[in-house]
Amino acid sequence: MKELRLMKGNEAFAEAVIRSGADGYFGYPITPQSEVMEYLMAEKPQERTGMVVLQAESEVAAINMVYGGAACGKRVLTSSSSPGISLKQEGISYIAGAELPCLILNVVRGGPGLGTIQPSQSDYFQSTKGGGHGDYKLLVLAPSSVQEMADFAKLGFDLAFKYRNPVLILSDGAIGQMMEKVELDEQRPRFTEDEIIKNTPWATTGKTKNRERNIITSLDLDSSKQELHNRVLQAKYREMEKHETRYEAISCDDAEYLIVAYGTSARLSQKAVDMLRAEGHKVGLLRPITLYPFPTEIIAKLADQVKGILTVEMSAGQMIEDVRLAVGCRVKVEHFGRMGGIIPSPTEVVEALKNQIIGG
Amino acid sequence: MTEEIIIAGFGGQGVLSMGKILAYSGVMGNKEVSWMPSYGPEMRGGTANVTVIISDERISSPIVNAFDTAIILNQQSMDKFEKNVKPGGILIYDPNGITKHPTRKDINIYSIEAADEAARVGLSKVFNMVVLGGFLKLKPIVQAEFIRKGLEKSLPKRHHGMIPENEKAIEKGKEIIKAVHLLN
Repeated sequence: MKELRLMKGNEAFAEAVIRSGADGYFGYPITPQSEVMEYLMAEKPQERTGMVVLQAESEVAAINMVYGGAACGKRVLTSSSSPGISLKQEGISYIAGAELPCLILNVVRGGPGLGTIQPSQSDYFQSTKGGGHGDYKLLVLAPSSVQEMADFAKLGFDLAFKYRNPVLILSDGAIGQMMEKVELDEQRPRFTEDEIIKNTPWATTGKTKNRERNIITSLDLDSSKQELHNRVLQAKYREMEKHETRYEAISCDDAEYLIVAYGTSARLSQKAVDMLRAEGHKVGLLRPITLYPFPTEIIAKLADQVKGILTVEMSAGQMIEDVRLAVGCRVKVEHFGRMGGIIPSPTEVVEALKNQIIGG
Repeated sequence: MTEEIIIAGFGGQGVLSMGKILAYSGVMGNKEVSWMPSYGPEMRGGTANVTVIISDERISSPIVNAFDTAIILNQQSMDKFEKNVKPGGILIYDPNGITKHPTRKDINIYSIEAADEAARVGLSKVFNMVVLGGFLKLKPIVQAEFIRKGLEKSLPKRHHGMIPENEKAIEKGKEIIKAVHLLN
């Protein structure tokens, strides 16, 4: 039986994390995601499931606690907002290099620097193109509702363990702070120690006589081995691209124009699509759910069908680069967005599509 | 049915919790709902607002710039949101502390002296429920039984003893809301 509640995105995520059988949360407060840890602290999951919730002394400490927990085969996570996620990048790169599973939530606020506490989507490049150093990829999920904030906790852990790779949930201040109805899954039990040894034979669970020592590291000073390791990582990313690309296509079947938007921008754009269709314009919305792997194929396919594409992002235009790569030069691709924590209205999106694409 | 509402006023007036009770009542009545608060620096500076959408259909955008109803509880919010009421829509305001009254002629305007009423019964905390009552008189989009369930869900258990006072305040709000300007 699923349970129906009215919750903030941050709270729904926190509750779903407990129910997904997480072993540990390590974080440091920052607006607009502080409700994640507040909720976890108030809910005392150590009494419900034995899950650890710990406020670290800093973001850097928190991500390294995640590194340690993940090395032991535990389901562990951290959450923060943009400036805090920047602080965690070194640890994220190490975790990706050491091929460890973990979950990271970024409830994005406007930047650069300390920026503002209002919602933004200006961390797309950081999330999908690196963030930390080295050739690595995070699997990036972009929720656009409170329900998806809950659903992606479990999905995120499952994908992280499937690929032994960090999964980033790229949310934003609006999704984190708003309340919507959410259906919660039943409690999934935490893995027992025996299950961890069985499911994650690579983890540092204590060496036994009949196996080699497990070493968790991102360091290999032998360049030929390091190159080999990089090849293994790249092969894994190709697998992720093949199997994990997710998107939602709304009113695309007969679309003559296309909006591409994720997260909060996708919600605004959906309303804009309704308004434009009411005026007789055949507009569709393609909502990437995974930002890496990016839904390149479907966008390339739709490029043959539509007369123009508008990307809507709460940034100066970052995802537009991936859309343009998918489209080539076949149709015009333009960006519309607001920056600095301002959320555009659906009416602004309607006007932008008319001015930049239909009439442009 | 889709009702897009903004509730705006000072922090501490119960703007966000009024929105929450309305949203929860919608959930209890099996409607789709969204509750999108201001959480930014303006809150710390004293003003707060929340957009509540209640609908029979899936809600596309939780963020809208035109409202069916604006519930306005201070002058700053009047300055900001009077212009965002859809033509033919409703503006409800408490004249207490309002120096520039609404002037639009293409919307229905109502006033509700909720602050005075709350002071009269000596319960400043029920102020927002008086206002909610006024709104529900004009837009009975959720039934009374769901409002009660909404109160139960959104108030912490230690305050459940106050639910009858809140319900009385809602009823009072229905009585005292007054039309200021009506479209024909």
